[in-house]
Amino acid sequence: MSDRENIILRLIDRHSQRLLRDWLAYQQREAKYGGTQREAETAELARRFLDQLRASARIAQFEDVETIEWRPIRELLEDLSRDRAVQGFSPTETATFIFSLKEPLFALLREELRDDTERLVRETSTTSRLIDRLGLYTIECYARTREEVIRRQQQELLELSTPVVELWDGILALPLIGTLDSARTQIVMESLLQHIVNSGAEIAIIDITGVPTVDTLVAQHLIKTISAARLMGADCILSGIRPQIAQTIVHLGLELNVVSKATMADALALALRRSGKAITERKQPAAPGSS
Amino acid sequence: MQIESDDRMPLRTSDDVVRVRQAVRARAVASGFSLVDQTKIVTAASEIARNTVDYGGGGELRIEALRNGQRRGVRLTFSDSGPGIRDIDQAMRDGYTTGNGLGLGLSGAKRLCNEFDIKSTAGSGTTVTIARWT
Ligand SMILES: Nc1ncnc2c1ncn2[C@@H]1O[C@H](COP(=O)(O)OP(=O)(O)OP(=O)(O)O)[C@@H](O)[C@H]1O
Ligand SMILES: [Mg+2]
Repeated sequence: MSDRENIILRLIDRHSQRLLRDWLAYQQREAKYGGTQREAETAELARRFLDQLRASARIAQFEDVETIEWRPIRELLEDLSRDRAVQGFSPTETATFIFSLKEPLFALLREELRDDTERLVRETSTTSRLIDRLGLYTIECYARTREEVIRRQQQELLELSTPVVELWDGILALPLIGTLDSARTQIVMESLLQHIVNSGAEIAIIDITGVPTVDTLVAQHLIKTISAARLMGADCILSGIRPQIAQTIVHLGLELNVVSKATMADALALALRRSGKAITERKQPAAPGSS
Repeated sequence: MQIESDDRMPLRTSDDVVRVRQAVRARAVASGFSLVDQTKIVTAASEIARNTVDYGGGGELRIEALRNGQRRGVRLTFSDSGPGIRDIDQAMRDGYTTGNGLGLGLSGAKRLCNEFDIKSTAGSGTTVTIARWT
């Protein structure tokens, strides 16, 4: 084991409490977002990181963080960047976890090597390079996760892009599920209008049982869809407004100006009635095999 | 009044608005809100968060869980350093919009909450605080 590896190791061993405290203080100063829970998570992660750094520094070369000895650290950083990418952190905010370790480490080096300037410069730059490499690795992981998230979202979008079903001759249903952001609503709306044109349907049931929040943006999308459908010659019925959503709509002051029914079944019954069709009960249950 | 938890989230994109809704919902559930109360605060949060992103140019949200004796509450503070609102009375009016909206976000959010406060300085940003109690 070379002298150089020893010194970082020695410093972390001897001053681990202080290092951790100073490091967390730096992170808090840098971090714009967080709070009690995130601080606790970060503290736990920092403690694990220092333990691992100690273990890896004992056996590994500082020059190459791709080697097997650094794997536990790399995994830890992968977890960190995945969590933060998913939570909407920026790359800078994510990598700050690593880069903010520099200052407290340098401070320890300065004290330790006060009388050996030449060595201090050398150690500082080696340590700096190590931290840089780990920081860059974190950013790479972050970018990979973001790409995955985007790819998955695009797939979900495609899968959800044509949910229009024909319930009956002349009656379409559009069950909406999930978050109605502008991009998705645009696709869904075009798909509904296209189906109206293709099938000549006169009634479209829009079911919002699966929409968790109806705010002014969602309402605006619904209103636009309903009036466009009307222009194409189809009347809309809104179904699946749950009681808590109904109350919220009233408080918001939204006026949807559309016939609505509690459930899709009620809406279908109304649609059938309107188009002059009826479902009646048989006087006698059908015998098996008879037609 | 005690503060049981205190967290901050970034608010830059419409994805962040979705995340805000999820985080506020989780907080409201943890504070024992009924389904109706959850839906009200989540919807109000969605309105103010979207304003922060669309008009404020992005900002941040602070989520606090509160306790006052037996009652529990969630307080949300949205802040941005965007252009601000020149005439708050006008912005609070039903139907007033500068962005092709319905103009119901601010006034509707106020009706959905127990506490509502808006501070804005033209040129230096807007802070909206809302709270709902069990
Ligand atoms: N954070 C903000 N910064 C600057 N201006 C704002 C901000 N929030 C709201 N405003 C102004 O107040 C107006 C009213 O906001 P409100 O949320 O009530 O309606 P809207 O966003 O225009 O439409 P809706 O919310 O119904 O879709 C906005 O059009 C905008 O001009
Ligand atoms: Mg608004």
